[in-house]
Amino acid sequence: MSQTLTENAPLTAADGELLTVKLAREHRNKQLKAVALVAPLAIFLLLTFLVPIFMLLGRSVDNPEVVTHLPATSQLIASWDRRALPSEEVFQAMARDLTAAKEAKTVPEVAKRLNMDISGFRSLIQKTARKMPLELAAGESMRDRFIQMDERWGDPDHWHVIAKNAKSWTPYYLYSSLDLRETKAGTPELAPEEERAFISIFGRTLWISFWVTVFCLLLGYPLAYWLANLPARKSNLLMILVLLPFWTSVLVRVASWIVLLQREGLINSALMNLGIIGEPLQLAFNRVGVYIAMVHILLPFVILPAYSVMKSIPPTYMRAAISLGDHPFAAFWKIYFPQTVAGVAAGALLVFIMCIGYYITPALLGSPEEQMVSYYVAFYTNVTINWGMAAALGSLLLIATMTLYGLYSKLVGANKLSLG
Amino acid sequence: MMSEKHTASDTLVSFRGVQKSYDGASLIVKNLDLDIRKGEFLTMLGPSGSGKTTCLMMLAGFETPTHGEIRLGDKLLNHVPPHKRNIGMVFQNYALFPHMTVAENLAYPLTIRKMGKSEITDRVKKALGMVKLDALANRYPGQMSGGQQQRVALARALVFEPQLVLMDEPLGALDKQLREHMQLEIKHIHENLGITVVYVTHDQGEALTMSDRVAVFKDGIIQQIDAANVLYEKPVNSFVANFIGENNTLHGEVVALHDQHCTVRLGNGDTVQAAAVCVGQAGEATSMSIRPERVRLNRHAEACENRLQARLAEFIYFGDHVRLRLDVAGQSGFMVKVPAGELDSSWKVGDKLDIGWMARDIRALDASVYTH
Repeated sequence: MSQTLTENAPLTAADGELLTVKLAREHRNKQLKAVALVAPLAIFLLLTFLVPIFMLLGRSVDNPEVVTHLPATSQLIASWDRRALPSEEVFQAMARDLTAAKEAKTVPEVAKRLNMDISGFRSLIQKTARKMPLELAAGESMRDRFIQMDERWGDPDHWHVIAKNAKSWTPYYLYSSLDLRETKAGTPELAPEEERAFISIFGRTLWISFWVTVFCLLLGYPLAYWLANLPARKSNLLMILVLLPFWTSVLVRVASWIVLLQREGLINSALMNLGIIGEPLQLAFNRVGVYIAMVHILLPFVILPAYSVMKSIPPTYMRAAISLGDHPFAAFWKIYFPQTVAGVAAGALLVFIMCIGYYITPALLGSPEEQMVSYYVAFYTNVTINWGMAAALGSLLLIATMTLYGLYSKLVGANKLSLG
Repeated sequence: MMSEKHTASDTLVSFRGVQKSYDGASLIVKNLDLDIRKGEFLTMLGPSGSGKTTCLMMLAGFETPTHGEIRLGDKLLNHVPPHKRNIGMVFQNYALFPHMTVAENLAYPLTIRKMGKSEITDRVKKALGMVKLDALANRYPGQMSGGQQQRVALARALVFEPQLVLMDEPLGALDKQLREHMQLEIKHIHENLGITVVYVTHDQGEALTMSDRVAVFKDGIIQQIDAANVLYEKPVNSFVANFIGENNTLHGEVVALHDQHCTVRLGNGDTVQAAAVCVGQAGEATSMSIRPERVRLNRHAEACENRLQARLAEFIYFGDHVRLRLDVAGQSGFMVKVPAGELDSSWKVGDKLDIGWMARDIRALDASVYTH
């Protein structure tokens, strides 16, 4: 080197610019390029995944009907003491609001919302709205006129419902999804037994998911072990067989299971012809059918991560343990199995999470007793158009999934989660 | 080739007529007879596919012989499952259990043997001290270097005090310097503990450095089994001569054979006196083997029984010595080592040199494939 470096002098590039500045700019440019490459996917995910999730969460507490369509009543009823009937002004505001709503044709929305809390409220609102606008005689009170029209207007409970919904958000849907209801004081309490439904539906969803996961593990683990220890050519062939179901749609697979499992299906007729059973077994349209089809559909999700983890465990571990004096079975349990836990747990978690959102298989292969939460989400979305309930059930499913994942990462460590 | 001077009581392991075939068509181990002596460091050396690892695996119990007997002491091993053989084993990839600490790895064989807690602690400590890893007892294997892992694997194979330890290319994954260091360390541990070690490698340098005896395998047959120096100085056939150390080969035809000596005619008509080791009768082709350091040059060659003319083809510089590549009797690739201080600066490529060697230093062996 002809030029000696001066000690402590800042390094410069050939064009005299400070090297640190130049390197920092270079680094920034590289990062910008990386961001530009990721941006389309990030925007896509934001618009199609994150935004809908937040909209869903928002929708589950959204309560716009009363506030929007009965604005004056909503404002005045806030100062109501909630003991006796509301004041004359509230009744007058109600009359004005209903008149306006009648013109805007929004009465059914309000009626439908209020009817959720007290059945019969729909007809009350509609009947009252039809009579709007009211012409009052001099000195006549609007309150008396309302009560005269329908005595239910003299019942504070109905006004409680209006007051409760005079806010733009409500825990109503979330409470209902958990078989709770709001007391007059605003605290949640368990709904009467005959009105409860969703706790048992959630319980059933988790129960079915649990057993499907267990069956998948019991069937998938030995198969993955076998695949991982076969020569490459054979295991590749068998792997194709494992993946084959992926190439057919879930609907087709479920339909095929119906063909196989129904009363006059292949399995029953084969067993009958062989004389093993005298009566056809009830295999479809009950819990058994749902288990069979769901385990079949979800099995690859356990096998694949388990296989990839097992593939990475060299056979010398087992040999080492055996050469140290351990019985092969004990060595498997103490040495091999712990190393597969991360992959197997990842597969199990995947299956469980997919299970709790399962819709098509129970809908086609189960009786009403097998319908899971997602069936009711679809029901509220498509049949009763109650998006609040659909969103609340969806949100609870989401929370359940997140909780499970959190629990898992606490137990096993999310960084150890290995999907291969 | 078996040495019979040792009595049966010295023998720890014996293979008798052992054969192994995986496919039922070809034998990977052909009729193996081998006695391993108590306290011996025996190395099985050979190229890959020569059957050496299969022999080790049969001894460990992970493979069963198709035919023949394997005995440990006076016990027939053939039907003893591997976990009841009480043989320590070190694997090439260490095979340390990744989910256990070093101490837990070492305690593993002791727990299986239902030892008391305090005894386990003592033994683990002692074993770690032996491989100088006392401070790393609570590390996980993944947090250690390859050399450290190899020491742990060694300690684990020794901690339950087996009478026999098998090592399957244990240093194969280490870099050269560490490998040489570990070779010495394993040798010292062997000397201190007095255990019997069967070591498998394809690295002939490793085999020569460490072993009491080396068994050279080729095609499922032991070609020669001897101490390192015998193997190097007195190879019994061309394969061993070429496989162990550096070797010069001269191809020729036996013209006369008397007792221990023979006369061989080279391709250009020159004749060479050689020790007859593995030749049949006059008229047969032979490959003669001579080590580079046994070849003498110019005036040093004057006293030799065999003297030939050679043409200097290339200088190869090695720092402490220079290798001369020569063309001898029409055959190229003949190497001679010259210490750096003895090099004549007037030599240049193309010069004619006189070379020579003693008749006892060149060994007439079976004809190897003529590659030139």
